[in-house]
Amino acid sequence: MRRQRCSFGALRRLGAALTIIGLLALGTAASAADGVFNAETFELANGMTVIVVPQPRQTAVTHMVWYKVGAVDEPRGKSGMAHFLEHLMFKGTDTHAAGEFSQLVARGGGRDNAFTSSDYTAYFQTVAKDQLPLMMALEADRMTGVVFEPGQVEAERQVILEERHSRVDNEPESLLAEQLNAVQYVTHPYRNPVIGWEHDIRAVSVDDLRAFYDRWYAPNNAILVVAGDVTTEEVRPLAEQYYGVLAAEPLPPRLEGSEPPPIAARQIVIRDQRVSQATWQRSYLSPSYRFGETKHAYSLQVLAQILGGGPTSRLYRRLVVGDATAAPLAVSAYASYDPMNNGPSRFAVHASPKPGVDVDRIEAVVDWELDAMRAGEIGDEELERAKRRLQADQTYARDSLFASALNVGQAAVIGLPLDHVERWPEEIAAVTKEQIAEAARDVLAAPRSVTAFLPARDEAAAALQ
Amino acid sequence: MMRTRFLPTPALMVLAVAALVAVIASPARALDIQRIEGGGVEAWLVEDHSLPVIALKAAFRGGASLDPAGKEGLARMTGALLDEGAGEMSATAFQDALEDRAIELGFGADLDALGVSLRALSRDGDAAVDLLNLALTRPRFDADAIERIRGQLQSRVRQAADEPDSVAWDAYLKASFPDHVYGRPVEGTLESLAAITAEDLKTFARDALTRDRLIVAIVGDVTPSDASRMLATAFGNLPLSGPSSDVPNVEPRTGLGVLVRPVEARQSSLVFGQGGVWRDDPDYYVYAVVSRIFGGGGLTSRLFDAVREEEGLAYSISASPMQLDHAALFIGRGGTVNERVGETIDVVRREWRRLHDEGVTADEVTDAKAYLIGSFPLGLTSSSRIASTLVSLQQENLGIDYIDRRAALIGAVGLEDANRIARSKFNADALTIVVAGEPDGDVGKH
Repeated sequence: MRRQRCSFGALRRLGAALTIIGLLALGTAASAADGVFNAETFELANGMTVIVVPQPRQTAVTHMVWYKVGAVDEPRGKSGMAHFLEHLMFKGTDTHAAGEFSQLVARGGGRDNAFTSSDYTAYFQTVAKDQLPLMMALEADRMTGVVFEPGQVEAERQVILEERHSRVDNEPESLLAEQLNAVQYVTHPYRNPVIGWEHDIRAVSVDDLRAFYDRWYAPNNAILVVAGDVTTEEVRPLAEQYYGVLAAEPLPPRLEGSEPPPIAARQIVIRDQRVSQATWQRSYLSPSYRFGETKHAYSLQVLAQILGGGPTSRLYRRLVVGDATAAPLAVSAYASYDPMNNGPSRFAVHASPKPGVDVDRIEAVVDWELDAMRAGEIGDEELERAKRRLQADQTYARDSLFASALNVGQAAVIGLPLDHVERWPEEIAAVTKEQIAEAARDVLAAPRSVTAFLPARDEAAAALQ
Repeated sequence: MMRTRFLPTPALMVLAVAALVAVIASPARALDIQRIEGGGVEAWLVEDHSLPVIALKAAFRGGASLDPAGKEGLARMTGALLDEGAGEMSATAFQDALEDRAIELGFGADLDALGVSLRALSRDGDAAVDLLNLALTRPRFDADAIERIRGQLQSRVRQAADEPDSVAWDAYLKASFPDHVYGRPVEGTLESLAAITAEDLKTFARDALTRDRLIVAIVGDVTPSDASRMLATAFGNLPLSGPSSDVPNVEPRTGLGVLVRPVEARQSSLVFGQGGVWRDDPDYYVYAVVSRIFGGGGLTSRLFDAVREEEGLAYSISASPMQLDHAALFIGRGGTVNERVGETIDVVRREWRRLHDEGVTADEVTDAKAYLIGSFPLGLTSSSRIASTLVSLQQENLGIDYIDRRAALIGAVGLEDANRIARSKFNADALTIVVAGEPDGDVGKH
């Protein structure tokens, strides 16, 4: 969900699922499009999917290649390998030296980067339109020609450890999120952090990485997305010229992750001397667009908005603003839910208690509000406001070149048809109070939950303030 | 709400300035900027009717540099409270009014300005500027809202004290500007936030939100005449001016060596730098080219190659000019595990010296110029980004024709000039290096 106060940006919230090779701020990631994208798709003879997102108003084009491989595909004990490989994709090929790709992009004024999630790995460049053929040539080149030079791999291992230190180890909140994830998923590989456990990052070998690359990087496992002032007529011959010449390869079946029925409400606590602001989170194992009771996926988005989407939401009003009968208990409160996963998603409620406030009081208010949702106690006005906001966010996302390409690519790479993206606003508009209540009863159930708490280092001292 | 250019994290402050270096030139489509006026306020407008969205960005010059001593954080707190109740509307009523139309309104403050960010569907443009005007001219500063926001800002200050990045940044500015408002924390301290009263907030809003301080840009689905009307509605009844403020220009203290600030952490955060070249200096574009070669941004630069690619010492490492209204800095940032801080400092110093002693190559200059010229139009990928850029250009006094001139200004930079600036402006002995974390050994020797 959007709109958090202060410095936890979009990146922090995506952090568990998405890690990125450079310093990149992903903008607001709203969920899909409403037909104005008018994205078009076709397939090359070798099985590579191509999607064109026409954005005539844009000066730049964004060129992205998405691979249907991510952290879920890593062998046991090799966590972080998909992300490690993402870094090595910048280290040169048989025909281009390490860093040359990025230099060529920069020479045209462009920007390049990549990101890895549990379900996919994606590479992108934002460049001038006339650079598109060069980008395709370079991206096609590294789909098959990456060299794995042991010295470079070792240097990059250190870089990745530094990335882990800065994103996770230095931030107690990230450590809590990582542990929560590992407890939430009992068997599904989503339990592993995308960046990898430190001991796995240290252990993965050059041969492991090369084998992973050889197994998964192929045109028939890739989706090309081009967004900008381009047409399908322009993109098709280029895609055929640069990507169409690559041979399809046999692909192993992807692991279909599963979860046993959840039966235990779990609680975790991290006590860390570095923490001066406590945080609390309750997370529920949830369906996504592709897993479990998918019919709830739209209702849960509206529910998250009503419950914890910004300063007019119930939780913010109850916990942060307070009212005549109750003083505020928290400095922040919000809900989050993202159905854009192959496997099971999480629906989560977050709050940061005010110093000295007992977290049990926060939990009691959250439970009260969740009960109201389960009972369908939702006003017509707040339902309509939530829908309006979600749909406006959609329009705002279309205003951004990168967000447009991201939304369309994300849906495609987890196997949703383009139509799914186009229909999103209608699906949101159709959500009823009864459906929200049903989703709340089914999904926000205690046995599906993990409650995570990161207390401040000295609650007693804080209470005196 | 604090968003966009005015996010409180120091990292973004550097990024924002890095973006400014890459200001404008348009081999592709030129940006058609119109000058409009409404209610005595001038603004730059870019029309774009392809999506039903309007983005308005504005800045009131001054910002945290106007915070009285002992009331650090006042500009930021004022900004955070402007949308917490105005006119007849309480905080909840005001937020409801915004949310009913999905209007995004946010205020924030940095060292030089109090920023405004407004985004709305174009059908709601009039309602959006009505609410903006109410927030600017009739903020309520109700007691409960003040305490809520004070609590949030203090929470942020407590968190920042645990974060190596924040500690290093604040310490760097404090060391560089010991006797200047720039050396004080924009976000305030627990004590200074506690000392701020409703009267302080009212006074700040009255004195600092004036038309003579105001810069505005509008981008999106709006005609010039409608935009003029919106401008008059939003800002026309603000006072023309307030008490004058006299923030002096300042040269940063440099050459302070390695300063360690202990923070419990696995990885130390490094902030390092020296004085920069002023924006109106004739050598500014030469300096911008040399800075790009050295510190980059993105995945290419000498520092990136030496520290990350060759040695694997850091995940993020970069350096860039930071141009403030009253000071010019060149600042780098990076993070490395505590055990390797000394080694990283050695590499940074070595690269600084190499730049000074050996200069740059013709190829590096060519590539950097191409990047700086080409990257500007490629960054204009949303209405909000375009509007932010137009505000920045006005803050820097660059003129509405700057976009047309910029490519030539950068294109004129030659190798000899670049090497003259590398030698005269980059000096390893002038470095101040702040380390926040638990670095191993005596890093002061490095």
